[in-house]
Amino acid sequence: MLATWRRRRLPAIAVGLPIAFVVSWVLFFASGTSAGAAIHEPGKFLVTLLDGVTFAGLMFVVASGFTLIFGLMRTVNMAHGALFLLAAYIAIDLQQKMVGKSHNIEPRDVAVASWVVPMLVGAGVAAVLGIVIQQVFLRWNQGQDLRQALITVAISVIVADQLLARFGGLATRMIWPQAVTHFFKIFGQRYATSRLFMLGVALLVGALLWLWLNKTRMGLVIRAGVDDQGMVRALGINITAAFAVTFFVGALLAGMGGAMGASFAGVAPGADGQWLLNSLVVVIIGGLGSIKGAAAGSLLYGIVVAFSPAYLPTAYTFYAIILTFALLAVVLAVRPYGLFGKPE
Amino acid sequence: MNYRSGRGAGYIAPLIVLVFLIVLPTFGSKFFVEFVVTRALILGLVASTIVFLSAYGGMVSLAQLLAYGVAGFVIGNCVPKASNKGLKLGLNPWVAVVAALVITAFVALILGALSSRTFGIYFLMLTLTYAVIGYYVFGQVATISGFGGITGLDPPSLFHGHARLYYLALAFSALAYIGFRAIRRTPFGVALEGIRDDPIRMASLGFHVPLHRALAFTLAGFVAAIAGVLNVWWNGQIDPNTVSISETIHLLIIAVIGGIGRLEGAWLGALVYVAANNYLRDLPLVDRIGLTEARFNTVVGLVVLGIVVLSPDGLMGLVDKVRNAAQKRTGVGRSAAPPRSAAHAALPNTS
Repeated sequence: MLATWRRRRLPAIAVGLPIAFVVSWVLFFASGTSAGAAIHEPGKFLVTLLDGVTFAGLMFVVASGFTLIFGLMRTVNMAHGALFLLAAYIAIDLQQKMVGKSHNIEPRDVAVASWVVPMLVGAGVAAVLGIVIQQVFLRWNQGQDLRQALITVAISVIVADQLLARFGGLATRMIWPQAVTHFFKIFGQRYATSRLFMLGVALLVGALLWLWLNKTRMGLVIRAGVDDQGMVRALGINITAAFAVTFFVGALLAGMGGAMGASFAGVAPGADGQWLLNSLVVVIIGGLGSIKGAAAGSLLYGIVVAFSPAYLPTAYTFYAIILTFALLAVVLAVRPYGLFGKPE
Repeated sequence: MNYRSGRGAGYIAPLIVLVFLIVLPTFGSKFFVEFVVTRALILGLVASTIVFLSAYGGMVSLAQLLAYGVAGFVIGNCVPKASNKGLKLGLNPWVAVVAALVITAFVALILGALSSRTFGIYFLMLTLTYAVIGYYVFGQVATISGFGGITGLDPPSLFHGHARLYYLALAFSALAYIGFRAIRRTPFGVALEGIRDDPIRMASLGFHVPLHRALAFTLAGFVAAIAGVLNVWWNGQIDPNTVSISETIHLLIIAVIGGIGRLEGAWLGALVYVAANNYLRDLPLVDRIGLTEARFNTVVGLVVLGIVVLSPDGLMGLVDKVRNAAQKRTGVGRSAAPPRSAAHAALPNTS
């Protein structure tokens, strides 16, 4: 009796207690932190929450591409971060050409088109590279997941090094269009509209992804392929075409994320690894292969990333990274395959 | 398979290599011995833990360089009395070594326990995540290091002089090689291989699968910690870049170049990697085709791509092919050459 009770309740307690502690800390205590307790400083709380959710939007765009490819093909695309960086650099380059300046671009120089077009072109190039990678290197060794991971590792090393040679080692960024570069007041705090715009783009991407996967024939094939590839083949459906399309879309999402990330925080060599990490953390928390999981994982991770520097006592803010690990540890201890993941 | 077949024969080639390496400092150049080969031995030692986990346990771990770095940072925090960074504990260097090994093994146990229920490609991703989080922990937590790292770390006086470090690295490499091979014959090693091949069946036979995997991970972390201590002594400093994502990937690449299913491959891959890093610029004509040393990563990437596409067994796979071809020609079909077991399969089938 006691043993069963323990087995059932222990995870719940192990998760519930820390959550209760964290929530009450943020709401009522949070003394000596840069934000202060939420009941006293609702504006700062709201801003932190918005930071977390908007950052989660960006992560969702990137990580959903990663998880889409894995879900259907069991391919861990370690070049996902490299595709992100490639698209970011191409978008930045194109934006500079469209605006006609190579530095000191002001938001007022940037029309909506000179943000959207570079983003789509950058994402398109990443998508084309993605489909080339899939057709040349991954098509013939389907199912050898480790070999595929190593192939994409090698490709990411090459791409990152060539980007370093072509675009140099300095941090560079894309500029949001004038139309979304405003600040508005919220509980006395200034907040940038561009972050909400980013969240809007992410929601749009999420909605389109949902429509594509749930309301089209291709989506039907892909969802069936995720569950039982052999059966889909046996029914005479050309799943190889679905593989190519999925890889295209996955790389496209990495590329869109790249342009958004370049506008949001800028990019530099090393951003590829960082965004590969972000995608990994999101899908490990959410469960590999699940779009729902990517959304849940981005939200959790984004909120932890936003709240930990704001609500740790100021002397300890550099321990924020450890909370990311704690989040990962708690999720894995309770659900080894992530929140929405299924064991093989 | 029969573990005892060809018992003596399998040791001849490693023994020749060992003797050669022991006498190497008498005729090799100082630079070659103390920088190229010593570095290769240290990297090979830590890469061998990747191979051990992969070949015996079916776990491709990217956290081995993290263990190596943790040990280095423990030394860096414990030994100096006055330093620019770190805790400056000023401990006796030998106490620090013990602390480094114990703490790293403990960290490896925790990480291993956390990931012991994930398999295959999930395990790879999870350990990569550990590695990157570890990098940020050392980078951001200024009390233990910060991005600048800790400098001025000398080995204990007993190991002053790089030739002594060379022999130390050689000794531990030899020990690790013998030890890892010996483990295969222990009940623990056999159980581990069983778990690699069929975890569900092993669990139903009553083996504690997560425990075995966590312990194997701890052992690998311990050996990586030895390499980490050697690295700090050799390098004189430690900073978070030691465990950065690109270094982590490079360590995996070392294991892949050598052949991720073969222990010998770890050191062979490390030697090729370090030699390429040092001597690429000396090759004629490479700069003509745009492959200067500044583009070292492109070269490495292309080499790995070539290896994984063409010969997943890596360089050791090529060595085997040459040996088999030679044996066929001379007609010495020795029974001694052990059949390729699943342990030798280049890339364990992880799903």
